[in-house]
Amino acid sequence: MTKEEALYEFLIRLGDNALILGQRLGEWCGKAHQLESDIALTNVALDQIGQARLLLTEAGRIEGKGRTEDDLAYMRGEMDFRNNLLVEQDNGDFAHTIVRQYIFDVFQYHLLKGLQKSSNDFLKAYADKSIKEVTYHRSLSHDWMLRLGDGTELSHQKMQDALDDLWEYTGELFEMTEADDVLIAEGMIPKLSDIKKIWEEEVEATIQEATLKVPDTLGFMAYGSRKGIHSEYLGYILAEMQVLPRSMPDAKW
Amino acid sequence: MKTVQDSELEYFDLLETISDPEIPVLTIVDLGIVRSCETISEGKVKVVITPTYTGCPAMDTIADDIKKAFAKEGLEVVLETQIHPAWTTDWITEKGKANLEAYGIAPPAHKTSDKGALMGRDEVRCPQCKSTNTEVISQFGSTACKALYRCKDCLEPFDYFKCL
Ligand SMILES: [Zn+2]
Repeated sequence: MTKEEALYEFLIRLGDNALILGQRLGEWCGKAHQLESDIALTNVALDQIGQARLLLTEAGRIEGKGRTEDDLAYMRGEMDFRNNLLVEQDNGDFAHTIVRQYIFDVFQYHLLKGLQKSSNDFLKAYADKSIKEVTYHRSLSHDWMLRLGDGTELSHQKMQDALDDLWEYTGELFEMTEADDVLIAEGMIPKLSDIKKIWEEEVEATIQEATLKVPDTLGFMAYGSRKGIHSEYLGYILAEMQVLPRSMPDAKW
Repeated sequence: MKTVQDSELEYFDLLETISDPEIPVLTIVDLGIVRSCETISEGKVKVVITPTYTGCPAMDTIADDIKKAFAKEGLEVVLETQIHPAWTTDWITEKGKANLEAYGIAPPAHKTSDKGALMGRDEVRCPQCKSTNTEVISQFGSTACKALYRCKDCLEPFDYFKCL
């Protein structure tokens, strides 16, 4: 695997995470329980879409086949997407959305921290820019973790259910492939195994503070996205997201 | 004959006429997003801007507005976007901050080097009655750059241009 192929894979992985999570959060527009949450979730969605634009544009440049951000977002099929299974999971209730978000925010925050030291100019610039926004995302989802976990009996139960449902998708966030090895050797990206330790410490402390329990999945974790194998949700997300540009290919805003 | 510096000053005068579409009292120069502006050839000007938030939808409108303003003067703009170093609210000018407050939006309270700022522990001054007895309602407001606050003295809710 060449350095360019590895970098393309890594950029697509990050870009697809941002794109799919942004699309999922956008589904909350007009539906949240209060105006402030509605606005907050859609603001986070907007930041993620912004990140996706930067990442997919760069991925297209590195690939060198002339594909634009739009080609990559709208013209690839499910098997070509490399987003983590976690971000494509259904919004569910507000508890599921918050737990999914918190798990991802802490992961993304520490990944960006690592990328701030990247030897690759683009990855460093991207990380310096995005970490400021993600700091606000993490603070939002963290506050809701505590407020709902350590809230009423009902909110506590809903949060525990959400954790139990989503925990099996956390292992895959840290799965490393040949691309990781190539890029780590170049000093371009941090080791996901190092980030896993920091992530576990922070997330588990919050779970405890929120009076919730770290789920026991009996060692089971869901994998697949690194090879393009997704849950049943991704196809539906893509159908909704891609229908317009695919049916009217040269449509402009 | 005009010197290079003269024409660059005129370009900035032109840029000063363009405002943020979501916050009309803030020109794009006051917002601190213009990195440079220079002649690259006869009738052609390169403008480099740094986006505020990565997903800010106002950036496209601003890009169009810059092209239109220069086109009126018979100049063609080559627009470049530069994300590094990342935009920060520290780049908003003092005039910009004063205009924000007069418009009813509390300007960023601190330099971003102050860690408390990012954690929402700013001492934010109410743009109506100037009290600092205020509280955050939500870190996310009507646009990506704003948080929602409430004044505990005059009870007015207001937008706060949060530190980034
Ligand atoms: Zn007041």
